[in-house]
Amino acid sequence: MGEDAESPKINHTFLRDYVTEADVISTVEFNQTGDLLATGDKGGRVVIFQRETESKGESEEAGEVGDSGEYNVYSTFQSHEPDFDYLKSLEIEEKINKIRWLPQQNAAHFLLSTNDKTVKLWKVSERDKRPEGYNLKDEEGRIKDVSTITSLRVQNSLPCGFTVPVLKPTDLMVEVRPRRVFANGHTYHINSISVNSDGETYLSADDLRINMWHLDITDRSFSILCDPDLFSAEFPPHHCHVFVYSSSKGTLRLCDMRASALCDKHTKLFTPFTNKSFHHQCKVSNRETQFFLSGSVVSECPAHPQVHEYLRSKLCSLYENDCIFDKFECVWNSSDSVIMTGAYNSFFRMFDRETGRGVTLEAWRENSKPRAVLRTRRVYTGGKRRRGDVGVDSLDFTKKILHMAWHPAENIIAIAATNNLYIFQDRVNPDAQTQ
Amino acid sequence: MFPKGTKRKFSDAGEEAVGGGGGDQGPSAASSSSSSAAAAAARTLTSSYSLQRQSLLDMSLIKLQLCHMLVEPNLCRSVLIANTVRQIQEEMTQDGTWQIMTQALAAAQCPADRLVATEVLCRQTDPAAQAGQSPKPFSVSGVEEGYHSEEVVMDGDVETEVTMSSLSPASPHASSASYLAGPFGMRPCWEEEDDDDEEEEGDCEEDEEEDSEECASEGEEAEQDHLRADSRTGEQVFGTFEIKHPAPPPDPALDELFSDVDPSYYDLDTVLTGMQSAPKMGPYDLLESLSSHGPTALSSSSSCRSDLNELDHIMEIIVGS
Repeated sequence: MGEDAESPKINHTFLRDYVTEADVISTVEFNQTGDLLATGDKGGRVVIFQRETESKGESEEAGEVGDSGEYNVYSTFQSHEPDFDYLKSLEIEEKINKIRWLPQQNAAHFLLSTNDKTVKLWKVSERDKRPEGYNLKDEEGRIKDVSTITSLRVQNSLPCGFTVPVLKPTDLMVEVRPRRVFANGHTYHINSISVNSDGETYLSADDLRINMWHLDITDRSFSILCDPDLFSAEFPPHHCHVFVYSSSKGTLRLCDMRASALCDKHTKLFTPFTNKSFHHQCKVSNRETQFFLSGSVVSECPAHPQVHEYLRSKLCSLYENDCIFDKFECVWNSSDSVIMTGAYNSFFRMFDRETGRGVTLEAWRENSKPRAVLRTRRVYTGGKRRRGDVGVDSLDFTKKILHMAWHPAENIIAIAATNNLYIFQDRVNPDAQTQ
Repeated sequence: MFPKGTKRKFSDAGEEAVGGGGGDQGPSAASSSSSSAAAAAARTLTSSYSLQRQSLLDMSLIKLQLCHMLVEPNLCRSVLIANTVRQIQEEMTQDGTWQIMTQALAAAQCPADRLVATEVLCRQTDPAAQAGQSPKPFSVSGVEEGYHSEEVVMDGDVETEVTMSSLSPASPHASSASYLAGPFGMRPCWEEEDDDDEEEEGDCEEDEEEDSEECASEGEEAEQDHLRADSRTGEQVFGTFEIKHPAPPPDPALDELFSDVDPSYYDLDTVLTGMQSAPKMGPYDLLESLSSHGPTALSSSSSCRSDLNELDHIMEIIVGS
């Protein structure tokens, strides 16, 4: 299994909270091809990783994954800064809540990143040539004083004596520039954004409303939904007129934007079975809408009740330390056969949709070396205790895996564990289709 | 969350048994099967469940207040906490425990010259009941001005003993859940003996006794500690807090907690501009006064203490000394 750590860690636990709070990764997202992986952190920074491409001639024999698939840092930029809402006298965190890549249309890459209040469109472009041979600028780009131009270049000269600057190859530079800022659209915290398949619009959702924006228009958005129970919203991959949003009660609603401008009446409603209890209300809200890549809707995650079942006895403590409000992301693999979600103690779990079987794995650097195979873990809840089982009381609730992403085509997963990024690859079945 | 020692064990056992909340599928739910043991277990269940519920209520109300500090709170989280509070209130109303609490609070009334009192608190102001009572063994003496420790023993039909330490005015939004608040770890600890006139079920009697016994013993020492430590600073803070809102009726108070978020921000502004660094006193002023568990109050008071140190510092700067 390949492993790639993001930022350097500081092993002094007493410094951990202070130093690395801003480094805590808050979102992970592959682009449509999987070559780029973007992470956002609490400090408002975005780090983009690029997969190293191996030329065909160098690749190993067929079937062996070998060295391909390493992700290295491609670019880093500060996306959002901390802000202050003067009206309410409250800070606005710069933590990046979501990143979404736009479908690529030219050589440049575009992504949307959002904090609690503002969505920004960034253009990521490469530059590997630069012009040289300016007549009026010196080598650093400063305008020359005209009086100092005593002679003109002779090389490549035009009849009037000036030269034409030429493009010379240079080291690769990645430039990231903000192209749009979509502000003042939301009263509450933006929890999800989703780009429409039409490539022109996207929606942003907070706890109360869904706004639809046009990528070129920053001073207006359409409020297409107001629902006090909103949790997250998503466009399907191939239909530009419908979207789905989930509520904290665990219901999913499908809305068709062609029916009316204000989509407060849903077209379809999916309701999973839920129990009533104090905490289950909170627990059910740990759910995010996800679409199958094929376009059908996730109506219920069949494994959901089994993910955190062992935490039932700890619900009160989880409520006390606010862990009960943790929102664990669920991600599907590309063939929609396996769903993955995170848990506490740096564990994450995968469930096969057909068989219902699950496996628990751990993303913790001390326990795994690069290219080592992850061994499965288990939370001990009773019965025969095996060696290596972890008891519910020894779970570390500060080490939680909330954010993760699955490569759109291959069995490569990116797991964010506080301030570390782990990238795991399935050596046995590198391609999703062979599974 | 739970104090150490016997109480923790007691509650842990109960916690696991009720861990599933409404659904009883916790791993240790299958306890004894014999009828006598089951009855005992049921009683244990009830008592520990009510303890757990009480602590949930306390936690929820604390979360509601402290979350309005620097960053705008997550709406989803606030709504969930509010729903939890509401659900607990409904359950307690059905159990009849809510009525007990309400009446206990109403019985131990603050004097009329308080800055603020809720309608509930003022409704049964009975100075006669307060005055002329013989002091209890653990009454506190030597407190500063503006700081009262009241013990009310109501005679007659309702044999209710309530020991309250009433400090600053309570929040108007506290509704029937508002105990007379000390912001500094003072919390009421009452002993109640159920009376037929008052109670709907006599079943609660044993539970209440259990609760109250433990409560009383803890209350004494914790209370005295708090009083000694905080009496000095209490006066300083009283003079500076302002309560803005008029008293609403008790039930919609909880709704008002969340239906209109904005006034809370004005409170926050006032509090901040008034150079308060103590936790915001406002609609959610249900802090340390809520819990009947001593250590919870202790931890809250220690956080208050550090805030008060900051407050001292700020006051010095303002005064220019």
